[in-house]
Amino acid sequence: MTYFPAVLLFALFASTVFGITQRETPVRMFRYGLYCFSLFVGSAIVLSWVMWLIAR
Amino acid sequence: MATEESKNAAAGSGTPTGVQTSPYEGFVYLPLIAGWLVPGAGHFVLGKWWRGALLAASVVGMFATGLAMHGEIGSEVHSILDLLGLAGGLGTGLLYIVARVAGWGAAQAQVTTADWGTRFIWVAGLLNVIAAVDAHNLRTGRKS
Repeated sequence: MTYFPAVLLFALFASTVFGITQRETPVRMFRYGLYCFSLFVGSAIVLSWVMWLIAR
Repeated sequence: MATEESKNAAAGSGTPTGVQTSPYEGFVYLPLIAGWLVPGAGHFVLGKWWRGALLAASVVGMFATGLAMHGEIGSEVHSILDLLGLAGGLGTGLLYIVARVAGWGAAQAQVTTADWGTRFIWVAGLLNVIAAVDAHNLRTGRKS
């Protein structure tokens, strides 16, 4: 498994648990889960580019 | 001077002391313990089938992905970080015990992906603890 699929799987599983446990209604659970997922994946992409720029 | 009861009555609260009551009967720590031992079981006990199924799928999926990446199971404790990792792994309850007895996973991380797998296993345990506490909060009425 390469790095990006691992990030996607990690973000999916973690954000599912966060969404269900941190909010009370199904709609808010879904929205919060989606928010967490986008933060996980987005921050991984941004940090990857930052590391790439530092390494140059 | 208004008493606590009169304040609650004025606020429209159904309970005299303002404490939420739970519709569930029985041992109050059952969802917490069941949820720790078997991912999702705490919510199943409370009849929250969809939540329990999604939590179980997430925790077991995270754990299985960690194993598939040859993450470490049951390694010896040499430092405080190893101890924290052991605590994280034990968070998955019976999954960790079964994996350790069956000899699943790697004894030592040999490649980079195995190191990620070890973290997946640790985080699966921590997520399961969050899910078990959520089941306890549902049981006690802190969450609906």
